[in-house]
Amino acid sequence: MAKQTPIYDHHVASGAKLVNFAGWDMPINYGSQIEEHKVVREAAGMFDVSHMRPVDIEGANARDFLRRVLANDVAKIDEPGRALYSCMLNARGGVVDDLIVYHLAENWYRVVVNAATTEKDMAWLKSQAEDFGVEVTAREDLAIIAVQGPNARELAAGVLGESLAEAAMALSRFRAAAEGDWSVGRTGYTGEDGFEIVLPAASAAECWKALLEAGVQPVGLGARDTLRLEAGLNLYGHDMNEDTTPGESNLGWTVAMNDEDRHFVGREALLMAQESGHSRRLVGLVLDGRGVIRDGAPVRERPGDEGEDGGREVDPDEAEGQVTSGSFAPTLSRSIALARVPADWAEQDALEVWIRDRWHAARVVKPPFVREGKIRISL
Amino acid sequence: MSDIPKELSYAKTHEWVGNDGDGTITVGISEYAQSSLGDLVFVELPAMGDKFSAGDVVAVVESVKAASDIYAPVDGEIVEINEALSDSPERVNEDPFGEGWLFKMTVNEPEHLENLLDADAYQAVVEEEQD
Repeated sequence: MAKQTPIYDHHVASGAKLVNFAGWDMPINYGSQIEEHKVVREAAGMFDVSHMRPVDIEGANARDFLRRVLANDVAKIDEPGRALYSCMLNARGGVVDDLIVYHLAENWYRVVVNAATTEKDMAWLKSQAEDFGVEVTAREDLAIIAVQGPNARELAAGVLGESLAEAAMALSRFRAAAEGDWSVGRTGYTGEDGFEIVLPAASAAECWKALLEAGVQPVGLGARDTLRLEAGLNLYGHDMNEDTTPGESNLGWTVAMNDEDRHFVGREALLMAQESGHSRRLVGLVLDGRGVIRDGAPVRERPGDEGEDGGREVDPDEAEGQVTSGSFAPTLSRSIALARVPADWAEQDALEVWIRDRWHAARVVKPPFVREGKIRISL
Repeated sequence: MSDIPKELSYAKTHEWVGNDGDGTITVGISEYAQSSLGDLVFVELPAMGDKFSAGDVVAVVESVKAASDIYAPVDGEIVEINEALSDSPERVNEDPFGEGWLFKMTVNEPEHLENLLDADAYQAVVEEEQD
């Protein structure tokens, strides 16, 4: 029996097509994924992401603990009300999960982790917490609604209490405001402006209804995936996992190496990898013709090009590159992908990707493909 | 329950077949199929005059998240394709049994049409997949 979020009844009433996602019954779309995608780029849409889990880290050593378990440095957010994106690594430098950490108050931080990794993350955090004497609590009593799009903040503020709304509208990017068990972060996963609202599960259905009445359209996880891919944002389990380092996933910028006295988990492994040079990189691909690049598709250099495989035909099952996320991009009306390839291929103008039964040329571009409603690559 | 018109025949692979009464059939995908695929973004259709045997891949429909082969329901030759789908693949989502038809083909052996499923039998196929 799959778990249901507190907003489940609204999804059913709105005609959602539900799928099992990481053990939860979640809306994949409410009719048309493409329309939902466009509404977020052009107006305002909302996502029930209550399957993701807020985890509170509390205690006098909370800051030290997070400086140990996160690859980014929470010393950057010493001022309460700030947020930071980070990877959590294993000792091999592989990514256990990616998350946003919020500094809520002195000695109180909150990380929001992925649904599919919640159990694994909790076991990992608790095992690491023993030496620090901090409390690690999965907040099953909280729900999360992400409201995203150019009109999102204004519409969302209208359903918040007066003082929280005022604090929320004053937030700059990657800041959060809290009031009791409600918190509002100016963060998201779509490449658009907006809020992520963490609130008591008991208030979630009512808040969703108020947002609906304010004109915010429900958007399913299908559009969430195409929005984040257009924005060049990685998806855990697809574009990174426990066997890839942040550097191999375009996330080198999120690893804070400068403080040599900060011995975070995975640091030694990353230093060793740095010395030998990253062997693989994540690149963006755009298909100029028809067809859709799919997850897992083989990628090779163009026969005739210079380079290791240059000039020779490579069979799909021998290709050294692989698509980690591929889809049709509604804003661009063509297919895009993230692909992990040997590092030197990143300098090529084009590569080839296997679609169904043959190789297709795809241009190499630097993500994001789209941000804040604007196309950021040449078409 | 998805819409399954009684007057059409169906294949287990979710194509519908309409008998045009002039020795040709019209083929499309069912409401259940379009709903399962989600928004279509490309439809790849055969060329006029292409000949197929029952079970051959005739066309491909691609949605945002998946590609699906469309099979020939019987042996025959393509006599018309729905060219409008090239620019407006969403017609298949909006009207799968009407404006979203895919192609028309001749039928070499009319008695083979009897091998197709009627609406009730197709309904059972859909129900089984949903379980």
